[in-house]
Amino acid sequence: MAATADAAAPDLQLRPSPLLEVSDLRVTFGTRLGSVHAVQGVNLTIEPRRTLALIGESGSGKTVSAQAIMGILPRTARVSGSIKFKGDEIVGRGERELRDYRGRCVAMVFQNPERSLNPTMRVGTQIAEAVGCHLPVSKQEAHDRAVELLRMVRLPAPERRFYEYPHQLSGGMRQRVVIAIALACDPAVLIADEATTALDVTTQAQIMELLLDLQQETGSALLMISHDLGLAASYAEEVIVMYAGKIVEQAPTKELFAGVRMPYTQALLDAIPRIEMEPHVLLPVVGGRPPDLAVIPPGCSFAPRCPRVQQDCQDTCPPLQQHEPGRWWACWHPLGKEPAQ
Amino acid sequence: MTSTGDDVLLEVHNVVQEFVLRDFGGAKGGVLQAVADVSFDLHVGETLGIVGETGSGKSTLARSVIQAPPPKRGEVIFQGQNLARLPRGALKLARRNMQMVFQDPFTSLDPRWTVAGLVEEPLVAYGEGSREQRRARVNELLDLVGLDPVRYGSRRTRELSGGQCQRVAVARALALSPKLILCDEPVSSLDVLVQAQVLNLFEKLREDLGLSYLFIAHDLALVKQVSDRVAVMYLGKLCEVGPVRSLYSAPMHPYTLALLNSIPSPDPMVSRRESATVISGELPSPLDPPSGCRFRTRCPRAADRCAVEVPEMRALADGHLVACHFPLTGNENGSAPAAASTPAAAAATTSGPAGE
Repeated sequence: MAATADAAAPDLQLRPSPLLEVSDLRVTFGTRLGSVHAVQGVNLTIEPRRTLALIGESGSGKTVSAQAIMGILPRTARVSGSIKFKGDEIVGRGERELRDYRGRCVAMVFQNPERSLNPTMRVGTQIAEAVGCHLPVSKQEAHDRAVELLRMVRLPAPERRFYEYPHQLSGGMRQRVVIAIALACDPAVLIADEATTALDVTTQAQIMELLLDLQQETGSALLMISHDLGLAASYAEEVIVMYAGKIVEQAPTKELFAGVRMPYTQALLDAIPRIEMEPHVLLPVVGGRPPDLAVIPPGCSFAPRCPRVQQDCQDTCPPLQQHEPGRWWACWHPLGKEPAQ
Repeated sequence: MTSTGDDVLLEVHNVVQEFVLRDFGGAKGGVLQAVADVSFDLHVGETLGIVGETGSGKSTLARSVIQAPPPKRGEVIFQGQNLARLPRGALKLARRNMQMVFQDPFTSLDPRWTVAGLVEEPLVAYGEGSREQRRARVNELLDLVGLDPVRYGSRRTRELSGGQCQRVAVARALALSPKLILCDEPVSSLDVLVQAQVLNLFEKLREDLGLSYLFIAHDLALVKQVSDRVAVMYLGKLCEVGPVRSLYSAPMHPYTLALLNSIPSPDPMVSRRESATVISGELPSPLDPPSGCRFRTRCPRAADRCAVEVPEMRALADGHLVACHFPLTGNENGSAPAAASTPAAAAATTSGPAGE
């Protein structure tokens, strides 16, 4: 597995000046029941102005990867591999150095705006605090910047909203405030971790449009983390699918949806109820559950659930390789690539 | 509403549910009308989907149906009995035929109980059978929802995954062989693969046991998967009720169209920017709903009349009701993602305006 990750690295370096380079990222949590390997050798690069979607189920390691990039993993986590922001190594940095990195270089929007905001503080104060923590500004400048940020996230009457408390805002407005906090120091990379999952479908569309507009305005890169392939299809340029701590497929959005290679991605796609489908049609499902990340079997981690499984899938784990330009998958028997038998 | 034949299982007439808000010291702070004059019916073996945004009153509507708490006004007639007028004992008997499955199985099931105990509880509550008979029934129910009774019967909910836990909730709801299951966002806390498994379970149970569902969800595509008819709810009122095919291919209410356009399609070839008439603004406060049509503040078709006159529910096509002064006639909704994407949908689109 380690060998395959190394093999992947030189290809990635051919791309033009990435903002963020993650190579062979591994995150392990020590628990009473043994080590849980949450992320097992993830490689990804984020370039300026790009929108990348990281897709996977609960427990696939997508959030842990994002937390590693942000440097906000709990102390129990053991991280190896490399995360480079504009060439500077992040893994192993001290808390003081990380504080400068977070916010200014990489910022994150979390899933639940209720939990990201302090209910006892005015929203404007919370934004101004984020500005003041990272930039050398006066109180008045921080206030002005906060109002400007509220305007940027299209909150009506920003001067008045500044003095309101989170409970006075709706879910969508609260998420806009959280985005304003994330944008406080003009980060180069914005990570949206299930940023619209808790919102209604109409609000979700508004927030996604806002994130894309802001990306255009500020020239930042957007890493959206989601369980929703539909959302990725609509808003991302490139999609990375994770399963059981590993990347199993990576491709430009249009090419991915034109022909999925990895059976897991296909299973995810098939399981989405579609508006074009007739009512009462059974959805094609795969049985089983994702594997226990404390015990890693030798073969492909999707093999026990895979409809195309063969003997070699259970013996050796397929490496993530670039099979076509820009298209990566980790599968011995990919879809749409039938070997002559 | 439409027909009162023998096969009507549930009739809901002009149901109103209000909550009084209290300020400091218990002073009356205002009245929140969560459900405002809602009527619909549900036939035997039918699934009615209810969709709407957060705060539209869909969960309150379901709770009004099972009389927990009873609605302030209006009638809920279930199997010919008006539930609002039943004495407690009779209501308990009527309720055994209507059971509810909630959104989050981890909070709706007691973490200290075993799976077998949870599924057995409704049987105990209604004094069903002897202990051995109940045990046998529990095993049968767990089998039905796809859980091995030997392996899972003695576990507690924390030892189960979200999907397994929701299966326990379904087994518990089925214990008394109800006629109607009210599902309140039953799969929205589950991962997409597990969600598909549970949706298929609902579908299988509907066919095998002849169940009727009132299926509440915010996801229009998901509701389409399970429903025969769909009701769209906005700020406590129904805006549109219709058979799945015509409602999705030829939506008549601007809100339904906006909801349909907001769904991210798993096909990137359906260009987002072109098709999206993304609805703007926020849900108005239900404490002070807009006059006239409640959707008018966000409606692209709103006119003066919408602010003055409350639109009444009227049938514009067979079984397709809409509460709008200026309903869409089918020509405008070419931008709806479902329109003309399948032969069936295309056929329904052309038949939509003809039905008026």
